[in-house]
Amino acid sequence: MSAKIVTITSGKGGVGKTTTVANLGVSLALLGKRVACIDTDIGLRNLDVVMGLENRIVYDLVDVVEGHCRLRQALIKDKRLSELYLLPAAQTRDKTAVTPEDMIEVCRQMKNDFDYILIDSPAGIEQGFRNALAPADIVLIVTTPEVSAVRDADRIIGLTEAAEKSNPWLIINRIRPEMVDRGDMLSTADIIEILAIDIIGIVPDDEVIIVSTNRGLPAAFDNKSAAGTAFRNIARRLEGEDVPFMTLKDSGGFFKRLVKLVRQS
Amino acid sequence: MSHANELSIKGTRNGLVINIPDDGEFDYVLEQLETRLKSTAAFFRGGRVALQVGWRSLSSQDIATIGEILDGQGVSLWSVFSQSESTQRAAKELGLEIEAGAVAPGASRRPADLKPSGEKGKSEQAIFVQRTLRSGQKLEHPGHIIVIGDVNPGAEIVAGGNVVVWGKLRGTVHAGALGNDSSVVCALSLFPTQLRIGTHIARSPELRPPKTKSPEMASVQNGEIIAEPWISS
Repeated sequence: MSAKIVTITSGKGGVGKTTTVANLGVSLALLGKRVACIDTDIGLRNLDVVMGLENRIVYDLVDVVEGHCRLRQALIKDKRLSELYLLPAAQTRDKTAVTPEDMIEVCRQMKNDFDYILIDSPAGIEQGFRNALAPADIVLIVTTPEVSAVRDADRIIGLTEAAEKSNPWLIINRIRPEMVDRGDMLSTADIIEILAIDIIGIVPDDEVIIVSTNRGLPAAFDNKSAAGTAFRNIARRLEGEDVPFMTLKDSGGFFKRLVKLVRQS
Repeated sequence: MSHANELSIKGTRNGLVINIPDDGEFDYVLEQLETRLKSTAAFFRGGRVALQVGWRSLSSQDIATIGEILDGQGVSLWSVFSQSESTQRAAKELGLEIEAGAVAPGASRRPADLKPSGEKGKSEQAIFVQRTLRSGQKLEHPGHIIVIGDVNPGAEIVAGGNVVVWGKLRGTVHAGALGNDSSVVCALSLFPTQLRIGTHIARSPELRPPKTKSPEMASVQNGEIIAEPWISS
């Protein structure tokens, strides 16, 4: 077994990198894959909270890198899925505690025990980002339909290309179809026009995400959640399955579309 | 050009120029240079400078020493202007530019200096780039720049000559950056964040770019940058 190393990054903060990692981790584990998530946001760790594993942390990434513990001791097993693990970030240090070479070495040690290693990158383009990017086989770039997030994503794509990583994939998070319809939000097409990379997922804005994040129970467990379904679809696409993109509709969907059809004719 | 006995560093439209006085021990000059750079290091960092050495004769070793001092402060040496032939030869050996006339500080840079008509020299060559320029990426060239691909918002192009973009131009572009107002900018979709030609600056209207648009060419007419649709006749 040799794991695919997937780095999730964005440039801009707050667009949903950590949420994406947690949900992809759960989704892939639900597909029966062995998955490890690594939080590289040293000093501002969040992934443990979103995955609901905060109170189980004993050792972290920095302890592993500095040889205070063995890798196996730092890996935390998820409380619901036996094939899902978390390697948490240290909270008391900063990004310089780890180097890109350290990350490559840690991933090399884990490679044979997992199908996927998901790396949660910190925001920014400095050392934390370079640490997260170094071991990546696949880069997923998360953006939201905002000009500022798209601008940062563009910068990140440029840096990813400069690091000679293969073509990154795009995840558009938090899209609101009714706002796109009104012309108040960048559409998927607008974003693709600028970034010109392949898209692997479109995730609708969903209140469930906030609730699930606070509870430490990723939305991907919830079959009724639109965002959860979108993340499970991304996991299937990573597995090479051809999953059509969901038709996103607002709450008054059917009736409104009928009105539109009537107006058009 | 009169030379004081002091070393001076001037910002010009074409970047920084360090003036090295004709008189004085070379070691003293180096010392001065180092002191000046250190006191203002942050300002120079990442930039490139030209050296103006007047009649002083420098060996390639001397120039290399200066280059090292500059490198140490994160500044790169790209050009040496000199009236001394031996200095010019030395600079050439190191692969530096020696075109004094085009960018000497204070010298007027009339468009005539840079007319593309039959002039030789590196500054009139074009570079050709076939990829998309993304936010944060910058392309600089003393001659013309041709891009096949898009120039995204946040990307920057600075050319001494003309700029042609076979794609969408949405970043910042400066044509005729050495002061040539007769340069032009062409793009299949011309909607730059900011467009500069020579000494003129224009902004795109603050509207979203229209979906379909014909190719356009921007040039300076009567002191203003004008973009006109390109219609082949």
